[in-house]
Amino acid sequence: MIDILVYGTVNSISLALMALGFALVYGISRVANFAHGALYVVTGFLTWTLFRGAGLNYVASILLAMLMTSLIGAAIYQFFLIRVRGMAISEIIASYAIGLAILEGFRWGGFKGMTYTLPPFVEGSVMLAGTPVDYHRLLVVLIGFAVVAFLWIFTHFTRIGLALRGMAQDERAALMLGIDSDLMAVVAMGFGAMLAGLSAVVLLPLGNIVVEKGYDVLIQAIAVCIVGGLGSWAGAVVAAFIIGFAQILTVVYWGAHYQMVVALLAIILTLVLRPSGLLGRHKELEERV
Amino acid sequence: MSDEQRQRRKERLDRGIKVRADSLYAMMSWRELGYLTAPRLLLIGGILVLPFLVPGMYWQRVIAVICIYALLALSFDLLAHFVGLVSLGGALFIGIGGYISAMLNTSMGVPPLAAILIAALLGGIICTLLLLPCLPLRGVYFAIVTLMYPLLLMRVIEAMDLFGGTDGIMGVDSFPNRWVEQYFMIGMVLLFLFGLRRLVNTDLGLVLRAVMDNDQAVKASGMSVTVFKALAVFIAAFMGCLGGASIVHIYMWGGISLFALDFSILPIAATIIGGGGTLVGPVLGCFILVPISELLREFGTLRIVAYSIILMAFVVFRSEGLMNYGRRKYNQFERWVKV
Repeated sequence: MIDILVYGTVNSISLALMALGFALVYGISRVANFAHGALYVVTGFLTWTLFRGAGLNYVASILLAMLMTSLIGAAIYQFFLIRVRGMAISEIIASYAIGLAILEGFRWGGFKGMTYTLPPFVEGSVMLAGTPVDYHRLLVVLIGFAVVAFLWIFTHFTRIGLALRGMAQDERAALMLGIDSDLMAVVAMGFGAMLAGLSAVVLLPLGNIVVEKGYDVLIQAIAVCIVGGLGSWAGAVVAAFIIGFAQILTVVYWGAHYQMVVALLAIILTLVLRPSGLLGRHKELEERV
Repeated sequence: MSDEQRQRRKERLDRGIKVRADSLYAMMSWRELGYLTAPRLLLIGGILVLPFLVPGMYWQRVIAVICIYALLALSFDLLAHFVGLVSLGGALFIGIGGYISAMLNTSMGVPPLAAILIAALLGGIICTLLLLPCLPLRGVYFAIVTLMYPLLLMRVIEAMDLFGGTDGIMGVDSFPNRWVEQYFMIGMVLLFLFGLRRLVNTDLGLVLRAVMDNDQAVKASGMSVTVFKALAVFIAAFMGCLGGASIVHIYMWGGISLFALDFSILPIAATIIGGGGTLVGPVLGCFILVPISELLREFGTLRIVAYSIILMAFVVFRSEGLMNYGRRKYNQFERWVKV
């Protein structure tokens, strides 16, 4: 019982971390960034290359990899996605194609054959009410809360954060107040990519770095955002806990194969029953006929 | 830009040659008749003689595979550009059609051609029922649902070990011979290509396009939007399932790779390259893309990279597509006029 509670919480926080980047980009520039999973994997491999290949300090390679990922994300927006801005389907197809090209490029171009792992931040484990939990998983929880808190402070008290929120609420009004919407969309994408990178470096030490993670992360991020309501950050956090616990429960009672089935079913059921999600701001009429 | 260029613009005039004017057949001379039929005959003739032109059995099989992708691309084009439902789940149709046909053939001994037709019909109904609850969704939401369906079915089959699990269904009968295989597929592509061209110009096609442009108006006219959407999805799913059912008889095997990403992405890429909304474009796109993908097969996943990049480049930089461009050049005079 306790282990379900502990691992459910860890899993929920992990899902929230994966989804925040996707939610941020969609919330601000209305781009469903289907390259999210690819950016996650890119950060993992960049960190591995810098740390194991180039022999940099672990912390330095993590920071550098995150910075590079955020530049890649910003570049994807600035050079490609900005040209199809506002055409939702083209944005999805284009970003999905970019993500596919990156992921399958990795699969083809060398990262295969051996297992790629990153060390946990802190070794060792602790007993929590009879359940062994390693320190890294506890750190994941702490980092999760820190990121949510940071995002809240960032979007409520800094100039860039307020500008981003202004864009999300009413783009025309934001333009009138001198906020450069194109620039802000690029910044949001860079920031979202950095969040994808952050979740990668935090979560990847718990497993291997493999290309398939890219697809799984994308599906889980979409599941969290859809269940929570696209464009709603609070909804995303709530949904992360719902899906997170649902996944752990099915894994415990039915088997590990069902983890992704839960996420996929959550997406389809939410869209069929209540497309605006738990806390989405869209009126249902806007999406349904 | 030079001064001279700035002062002129390109004027485009339609060539007035049409098969049908508003009320009468409007072909005036052999020359005009040739002008109209040449591209169509070129396409039909070209596809029909292709199996004799390619070297070896391997490439003959590729032709059959191209035709399967062409069916999928046609179904994507119909849904996306004539009904306004962007479906990213071609693999759903392929998978369901494929599994039904493989099971009919292996467990009940239905001969391949009959199994394919039954599977297309049954699969069309099943896919329509699966997508029925999602039909009210618009744009992005429908796209996401359709993208998730094949992934879900793939994982469910894997997790519950249904229909042979990860091993799949083996020992599926092949077509009587390779000529039947190719000409059956080619015939189906031509049938659906020209059938759909007819369909979108009938009253039904008009209503479907109205559903895309303004569904409220369709509703206000006393017609059920959902019924028409379901009908279009059934037609599209029928084509997709037909392709899927054929592919298990070509490879003599059916398994979870029928739900693979290839079947969802490549037809979309072909449609966008060929030109959406033209129906011919997607077929031509498949004849360009699938051979490229086959040539890159020995490099593994590099082919996915290749067509992803082509797809991205066309979506972002040349969203018009080849056929729309070609059609404009063929059907219109162009000249520079002084402003």
